[in-house]
Amino acid sequence: MEVRSIEFKQRASERAIDGSLQGKLKTAKGLFVGGRARAVARFDAEGGDFEALRDVGRGIRDEVLDNLDVWLETFERNATARGATVLWARDGAEISRLVVEIAQRHGVKKAIKSKSMLSEEAGLNEALEAVGVASIETDLGEYIIQLAKEPPSHIIAPAIHKNKEEVADLFEQHHHKPRKTEIAEMTREAREVLRSHFVSADMGITGGNFLVAETGSVALVTNEGNGRMVTTMPKVHVAVVGVEKVIPTLNDLAALLRLLPRSATGQTISNYVSLLTGVKSEADRDGAEHLYYILVDNGRVGLVGSEFQEMLRCIRCGACMNHCPVYQTIGGHAYGWVYPGPMGSVLTPLYTGLDKAPDLPHAATLCNQCGVVCPVKIPLPELLRKLREKQVQTGVGTATAKAERRALKLWGFAARNPRLYAFGARIATRYLKWLAGGKDRIQVLTMVPEWTKGRDFPAPEGKTFRELYAQRAARRR
Amino acid sequence: MSLTDPTARAAARDSILSRLRDTLGADSAAVARRREAVDARLGKVVAPTAPPLADDTAGMLARFRSEAEQMASTVVEVDGWGEVPAAVAAYLAEKGLGTRGVIAPELAALPWSTAGLAVEPREARDADLLGITGCFCAIAETGTLMLLSAPGSPATVSLLPETHVALVPASRLVPTMEAAFARMGEQAPGGQPPRAVNFISGPSRTGDIEQTLVLGAHGPYRVHLVLIRGA
Ligand code: SF4
Repeated sequence: MEVRSIEFKQRASERAIDGSLQGKLKTAKGLFVGGRARAVARFDAEGGDFEALRDVGRGIRDEVLDNLDVWLETFERNATARGATVLWARDGAEISRLVVEIAQRHGVKKAIKSKSMLSEEAGLNEALEAVGVASIETDLGEYIIQLAKEPPSHIIAPAIHKNKEEVADLFEQHHHKPRKTEIAEMTREAREVLRSHFVSADMGITGGNFLVAETGSVALVTNEGNGRMVTTMPKVHVAVVGVEKVIPTLNDLAALLRLLPRSATGQTISNYVSLLTGVKSEADRDGAEHLYYILVDNGRVGLVGSEFQEMLRCIRCGACMNHCPVYQTIGGHAYGWVYPGPMGSVLTPLYTGLDKAPDLPHAATLCNQCGVVCPVKIPLPELLRKLREKQVQTGVGTATAKAERRALKLWGFAARNPRLYAFGARIATRYLKWLAGGKDRIQVLTMVPEWTKGRDFPAPEGKTFRELYAQRAARRR
Repeated sequence: MSLTDPTARAAARDSILSRLRDTLGADSAAVARRREAVDARLGKVVAPTAPPLADDTAGMLARFRSEAEQMASTVVEVDGWGEVPAAVAAYLAEKGLGTRGVIAPELAALPWSTAGLAVEPREARDADLLGITGCFCAIAETGTLMLLSAPGSPATVSLLPETHVALVPASRLVPTMEAAFARMGEQAPGGQPPRAVNFISGPSRTGDIEQTLVLGAHGPYRVHLVLIRGA
């Protein structure tokens, strides 16, 4: 997917004034935030310890990252022993090339997909369509935005920005059936359309919530059952999974499954968890005959051992964006790439380059709501701060950031020379008073106009603090 | 990197693994240390994370039942296998769901036709409206069924039909998912997971249109559980 994070500021301000978007986000927020809180409270009331569970989750993910090469080899060995083919891709282009080749090898005409953020990173649908393979999203939310030709705006509720009228329009236009406006009826119509694809597709493409090294399996978590369909009906299953998703054992899976649904939707467990291992046997009556894993780097390997390694613990639950005041105001599309919210503000610059997403590290109030709810205790605000530091060190940034930096340098120099400082401050306050033109607010701050785009700057009285202090001291004496 | 070109395939793999090694320690002693750490971890029993739960049959049964109902399954209890076909027939009659369906072949021997049901032992197809399965385990903590795919229990039977009826013998109850995996290690062929292990907790659902909950997304609209106390 094309990275459009450079347009963050413009998109964010457009969306911040879109009242209908905020209405939709608010409903979802109530459900997800309230749901999570209730689920956590219930877990603790039953004698569990959710805080300790978060530490366990964090520990499992850290242990893997410390020995990631060996865990990947272990996974590869066990998956291969069960008849799967393990492939590796360094970037999105390699993912697309491999999937296209697999499709061609098996004469695939139609592929069905269950939600995979990585295939969004790679722009996989476009690559398949370019060689004549239809590629159909089957998660209802993903399906809706595929019809609308839009990117997802939330990692677990991709069509959160659409209301039912917009969905009804899309269905009417694409399904060629009488328009329906009851949500249950619309869902049934989509089920029927997608069912016809499930039974006729030759290839299923999934992501993977976890790869279990011990058994060479992939675990898929869904509520709709599309993850099961996609891996059961077509003869070929391709799982595209980031290298960081491996976990040691089935028991670790059980522990992480206590964290993921509670953090994501407030469910005790998702409706379906499928653990897929190897291919159909001779005697089996259903299931995929061919299983391919594509283990993907696309920026992940570079984070191992870096100051941003902790980000690789992420289990893609979406809690950080559900609890983020910035996300709640601007929605997911403003972030300009696959991942929105706090996790996206960290991941997008790291995976695509700080120069492509210079504003994202600033798209947070550092209120730490995200850090408090993250099931694997990723210190998101701290990582955002580190990204800002890096931005300053490497000199990447917007014109405003550069002007701010110049001004701070100048200030730093002056602050070390008291006389110069007093003189400079005197000039500056008088200049600002002049700029205000007799009013008490400055509408455009000429040096850093960005600062006054959405608000005015209070004008000084025309005297510096030192001058006022000296006056007062004189009066008292 | 290409599917058909082994050199290119190996190049992508080696580049990813060698870059990891450059960071994690590439000398043979460091690699050996990591291998040992991984081996040790694979054998390690991790501390339990579930809340303290009853592990006696009555306690597990009560918990399983209430959790399953929370996930929108319906539940009836019977005393033994002999009552099962009639209990299933009664449920179908009450809901007006017909008398025909598909059944996991491992359960074909029960006297279904005596109860007036016509069930075919095979995998499910798109047009089937009813699927009857057993379960390998039933997890009390979350009210979850664990089904292992096998020739006698095809994965499609619990997936394609609009109604899924699952038979749950009390002896299959376990407190947690960890306990279910342990039992799989003891009882599944080779102690390994089969092609598909499916954990099912209620009917399929979606909230993707305006976050409004709808039951029956791609899988069943309803899941009905027959708990068999004496089996
Ligand atoms: S960063 Fe944490 S809270 Fe956000 S999606 Fe990842 S795991 Fe969930």
